[in-house]
Amino acid sequence: MLETLTLLLVCQLIGEAIVRYLALPVPGPVLGMVLLFAFLMMRGKVSDDLAKTTGTLLDNLSLLFVPAGVGVILYADLIAAEWKAIVAALIVSTIATIAVTSLLMKKLAKPEDKG
Amino acid sequence: MTGGGDLFELWVYLSTTPLLGLTVTLVAYLIGRRIYEHFDRTPIANPVLIAVILLVALLWISDVPYRRYFEGAQFVHFLLGPATVALAVPLYRHFAEIKRNAVAIFVSIVAGSTTAIVSAVGTAWLFGASERTLLSLAPKSVTTPVAMGISESIGGFPALTAVLVILTGILGAMFGTWTMNALRLKDWRARGLGMGTAAHGIGTARAFQVNELAGAFSSLALGLNALATAILVPLIIRLLSS
Repeated sequence: MLETLTLLLVCQLIGEAIVRYLALPVPGPVLGMVLLFAFLMMRGKVSDDLAKTTGTLLDNLSLLFVPAGVGVILYADLIAAEWKAIVAALIVSTIATIAVTSLLMKKLAKPEDKG
Repeated sequence: MTGGGDLFELWVYLSTTPLLGLTVTLVAYLIGRRIYEHFDRTPIANPVLIAVILLVALLWISDVPYRRYFEGAQFVHFLLGPATVALAVPLYRHFAEIKRNAVAIFVSIVAGSTTAIVSAVGTAWLFGASERTLLSLAPKSVTTPVAMGISESIGGFPALTAVLVILTGILGAMFGTWTMNALRLKDWRARGLGMGTAAHGIGTARAFQVNELAGAFSSLALGLNALATAILVPLIIRLLSS
């Protein structure tokens, strides 16, 4: 577990540093994800420890959004003032985006390789 | 120490330690997850939504400011970074499938990203939203740090964008499954890609709960859409405002 956590933090740290230094339009952790991916490609396998620890982390991914979600309390007034427009925009846009992306992907993707 | 047994003093002490904010976050989420499991993981009983409602009610009743709550909750919030990096593992596992469909993925995400921006801004505009709200809505489908950066660069209100991002994620996790069932979509790759493009990490969390392949494609969409949206929002806003 400790090895994996360190590896994740190292990737994130390098990612953050590169993003900051080159002023890239992606967040550090996303670049960190690319770095870990490159690392896995070079090594050619996922160790048991890495599989187990990242599995635990991703199983509980939704928990990690709770603190930011509670931040809604700070902007309740702003949202309340224009709640109709905001609710309509979010619902329409979310459904439209899911429909467009997944239908297009279904149409364009090659049949799944069950190998 | 005077006032032993004084409940008020105990409360004052506890409400200032990070321990309380961290503990109530975990407890609220476990309650949310219990309810979600109880209803067979129906998307409407989204655990993030339940936890957020419980915590907002708690802060409101106890009059604890958000900043103090966050002093404890930040330890959970911090793990978002390493968890994002960890998404590389499912991507690596399904890389062959991703590579085979690289063009389809690219086209779908660019189209989805454009749809997200135009439909959000367009709908809010029809409802007469203020310019600040329109600009804050534009990048709401991507992960929080990117969305806030874009919002700031086009003259939106980054803090409002952050809240809209979370709400979008919750809505995506709640309505995404229904939308795709109604469209009779059975391809996990297409379903995952839709979730990740529309509803970033919260949609991805839901995708992983349903199917691992969907989770991998959702992770990919989350990353690529961050990039696509960062490029497309300034272009589309310029087009729409002219």
